[in-house]
Amino acid sequence: MLDVRSRAEQAREKKAALGADIDLSKYSFAEVSHPYLQDLRQMPPEDREQMLNAGVDANEVDRSGTFIQKDSAVLYSKSRQEGLEIYPVKEALEKLPWVEDYYGKLVAPETDKYTAAAELSLQNGYLIRALPEASVSMPVQSCLYLDRDGMAQTVHNIVICEEGSELHVITGCATSPHLRNGLHLGITEFYIKKNAKLSFTMIHNWAKNMAVRPRSVGVVEEGGLFLNNYICMKPVKSLQMYPTTYLRGPGATARFYSILLGHPGSELDVGGRIILEADKTRAEIISRAITNGGTIVARGDLVGEKAGIKAHLECKGLILKGGVIHAIPELKGKAEGVEMSHEAAVGKIAAEEIQYLQSRGLSEEEATSTIVRGFMSVDIPGLPKKLKAKIDQAVAQSEKEMM
Amino acid sequence: MLTIEDLQVKIGDQVILSHIDLELKPGETHVLFGPNGSGKTSLLMTIMGYPGYKVTHGKIAFKGQDITHTPIHERAGLGIGMAYQRPPSIAGLKTRQMVQICAQAKGGRKVDPEVLAREVKFERFLDRDINVGFSGGEIKRSELLQLMAQDADLMMFDEPESGVDLENITLVGETIAKLLQRGAPRAKKSENEPTVKERLINRTKMGLIISHTGFILDYLTVDKAQVLYNGVLSCKNNPGEILKCIGEFGYEECVKCLM
Repeated sequence: MLDVRSRAEQAREKKAALGADIDLSKYSFAEVSHPYLQDLRQMPPEDREQMLNAGVDANEVDRSGTFIQKDSAVLYSKSRQEGLEIYPVKEALEKLPWVEDYYGKLVAPETDKYTAAAELSLQNGYLIRALPEASVSMPVQSCLYLDRDGMAQTVHNIVICEEGSELHVITGCATSPHLRNGLHLGITEFYIKKNAKLSFTMIHNWAKNMAVRPRSVGVVEEGGLFLNNYICMKPVKSLQMYPTTYLRGPGATARFYSILLGHPGSELDVGGRIILEADKTRAEIISRAITNGGTIVARGDLVGEKAGIKAHLECKGLILKGGVIHAIPELKGKAEGVEMSHEAAVGKIAAEEIQYLQSRGLSEEEATSTIVRGFMSVDIPGLPKKLKAKIDQAVAQSEKEMM
Repeated sequence: MLTIEDLQVKIGDQVILSHIDLELKPGETHVLFGPNGSGKTSLLMTIMGYPGYKVTHGKIAFKGQDITHTPIHERAGLGIGMAYQRPPSIAGLKTRQMVQICAQAKGGRKVDPEVLAREVKFERFLDRDINVGFSGGEIKRSELLQLMAQDADLMMFDEPESGVDLENITLVGETIAKLLQRGAPRAKKSENEPTVKERLINRTKMGLIISHTGFILDYLTVDKAQVLYNGVLSCKNNPGEILKCIGEFGYEECVKCLM
């Protein structure tokens, strides 16, 4: 831990490679306390509703566990299933010595001033772990909730899937309806061990003036699978993230899916990077970006280091009502026999598609929204139906704002 | 009934159809012959209401209503449907959803996509994105499936036999025949069933079929054939006779002799 702090110390002023530079002095890093809840239903109704929008159900129906952090305080942290461990990360660091072997090992604390600030003023975060061979079929839900205006929330999360385990996590980041201005700095480290499977679905519901800088890195060992879904349909002032995953063991697979909506005044810079280090690894990055006035940079980067790896990148953008979409797909093959491809397209809805649907009885508006819905609907093989339904729901909620 | 009177259509500044007169009574099916580029598809697109095809003269009426300037979806609502030759693909929209959309065209009709799809051997495409990566024959079957769900009263088919392999041509031909209430006559299975004659009289569906080759005529009877040549509807006659004439003398001569 000392090492993490001293490394972070060096990067206090280090600007990030991407995204607008954020003046951290404008935000309060002071802790805000909230009482721990014995029962999730004690939460005020407006908070509950905001969390529900981000996929977190206060009744815990069909959930194997829950972690909720409001501002800097952990409100609730509980596993409801054998083979599943959920801890606030600070508690885990105190009680479980082995956590040090994971903490800060993937996301370097000196990455930039945001990782540095997160480590130096760490509030909390979660540790979610599926024990070896545990099959946690119902998703774990987590929510990082921001309530205090002008506050900087800092979290460090760790997700560990031990050998042969299966884990699904749905994590929502949300703000209370009255919040206008805030900052979220989050570090997340994913460990997917041999033959383990993790689906991680993140739904962001931020506020208009929020700045958001998540930093995440994952490692997938032999035969492991990492499905990473990201949905951001609500306005946010400035969001920049470039999660990276290393496919370290033979036959490991990672698939990233993202669905982004750029509102007027929003700047989203979202990418995905997968490094295929081992034999027979597979990677896929698929992104859908729609703007109705905002700016979206959709990045994707695949690095193939071994012959026989397969990787594909698909970046599609739709400009509905002004705005900018900048697709930056990158492929780097570092061995003979890599198989890598990408397709990128930015455009508008084709008139002939609208007319085709009109000739099946839809009005122009109905046809347009049907096409947009189709554009946003991405098949995610391996994702439980209920989580897919959550994603579809999050997308559908913003449909009106898109048109 | 579909009535087209002295229609002139332009794309941009160019006249592509002129002096078109056409009448399709309930229960009638016409076939439209013509060389490439003669305006056959344009005529169908105009009847469907595509805004790129500008009617500069004349009028189109359907079921007694002037639809010359009615938007596409309202025409669909009135019961006009079309099977396209090259429809666009729409990523993320499942064929199953498209079938449901079609079923709503004339107002809340309930259909079972599985049952309909079975008729054109298309069940395993229901969860595929509409037209994405479909072969020529698959597109035809998908279009027929949509028309089946739509239950249109006027059905237009743009070259239904093109790009279809021998195995599927029978399926396509027989499905169109069925849609147009022109299925092969069969013996009555019960006393309550209408006789062949009654079925003929009770026919209501109208059909307009574009054909290059006339193969489709092996599967259904049509009432009339017409030749569209250089944007003008040139003759009306018995389909067999016209096909024979085109085969022997070519379109140019054929149009002259029958005018």
